[in-house]
Amino acid sequence: MANSSNNSPALLDIAEVSKSFGSVEVLRSVGLQVAKGEVVTVIGPSGSGKTTLLRCVNFLESYDSGSIRIDGKEVGFRDGGARQRRSERDLAGMRAETGMVFQGFNLFPHLTAAGNIMLGLTKVRGKSTSEARAAAEHWLGRVGLAHKADSLPAELSGGQQQRVGIARAVAMEPKILLLDEITSALDPELVGEVLAVVRSLAEDGMTMVMVTHEMAFARDASSRIVFMADGSVSAVGPPKEVLAAETTNERLRTFLARFRASHF
Amino acid sequence: MLSQILYALPFLAQGFALTLWVSLLVVVLSLIAGVILGVGLVYGPAPLRWAVRIFSDTIRGIPILVLIFFVYYGLPAVGVHLQSFWAAVLALTLFKTAQVVEYLRGAVASIPKGQSEAAMAIGLTFRQRLVYVVFPQAFRRFLPPWINGVTDAVKGSALVSLLGITDLMQAINQVIGRTYEAMPLYILGALIYFAVNYALSYASRRLEQRFAFIRD
Repeated sequence: MANSSNNSPALLDIAEVSKSFGSVEVLRSVGLQVAKGEVVTVIGPSGSGKTTLLRCVNFLESYDSGSIRIDGKEVGFRDGGARQRRSERDLAGMRAETGMVFQGFNLFPHLTAAGNIMLGLTKVRGKSTSEARAAAEHWLGRVGLAHKADSLPAELSGGQQQRVGIARAVAMEPKILLLDEITSALDPELVGEVLAVVRSLAEDGMTMVMVTHEMAFARDASSRIVFMADGSVSAVGPPKEVLAAETTNERLRTFLARFRASHF
Repeated sequence: MLSQILYALPFLAQGFALTLWVSLLVVVLSLIAGVILGVGLVYGPAPLRWAVRIFSDTIRGIPILVLIFFVYYGLPAVGVHLQSFWAAVLALTLFKTAQVVEYLRGAVASIPKGQSEAAMAIGLTFRQRLVYVVFPQAFRRFLPPWINGVTDAVKGSALVSLLGITDLMQAINQVIGRTYEAMPLYILGALIYFAVNYALSYASRRLEQRFAFIRD
């Protein structure tokens, strides 16, 4: 896996991003570079801005200042310096370059598992129905749901729905995959099957940024862990460093201690 | 008595045809206008949203009869002269449009925000999100109140008889004027309106079942 300290230009470059909801500062000059093939997990107490940061990366949320670039291209604003929001059409094109998996799955309930995956492939990628169907079947196979292609979301378990959600995102062949607390809404016994899929994608070299509360997963599967607190990046580094019990970062130590107390 | 009514049947049938024609025009025109304005109300810029909100609230606050008389007798004062038929169609369409706007707004608002976000995340444009994600789901919630509204339109079309248009209602009144057989003719009229609306309700129930995909 790529290392943060190498010299290759970052695939995702977040620089000095700030954002307020009214008088509440949710992001304070956040900076983060993610190289191709890296798996970066973002941890932190609730309200620390993790999810908001992720949603800024595909511009589901706008931000007040700073820049977010994917492959050198500013995501939400037009090229050329002036902070002018991209047109709807441009934004749609930019968003197609990132995939997102949601906490609440957000599958389209009126479409089958295959239909959920095919929608973006036919309408955004311009594939024919048969090409899209083949791709959908391929990706459903990858997440272990080849036999559920024609099931509606309501006929699937939570874990199965989330695996379809992942298949829907990766089938678009995004440059980067954003995962927003994707196991938080799942029954504990279903978490494993979803994380196993994420792990296999990581092994294939998919670049990922993942907001999660699954510490064991963060420790074992990520190239780097980002710890956010109060809207800023409080610590970042390889799992061993960030999760070390003897860290001098006061906030991180409190977070980890509280976490260990409640989870182990 | 029976022979008089039988004699009048072709005349009544013409009135009935006009009732259907008015209803159809009103239903189709109000559906188009209502969906366009409804999308404006939900997604449009602030000035458009206010304009649609004011239109809808105003129209829905006026009795439909007042609206019909206003369009036919009131508008000529500002130089708009409409034939009684088109005045009636316009008034009923305005009334229906305001309702369709509300049905559409309610149906679209019932779709969780996560649906639009998921559609955005795979790169669908605004129009694609509406066509492929929001509307197919909103349709199920739009349909029952809208069909109710269609039956209201058929019943409400009887008001056009007040402008002297020979719809079913007016035809019945004229036949009664000749025959003095009020009771059987009003029963006949009621049965015809009932049959049309019952058929509509039945079709609607079938349609709802067809679109009742399960959701969590």
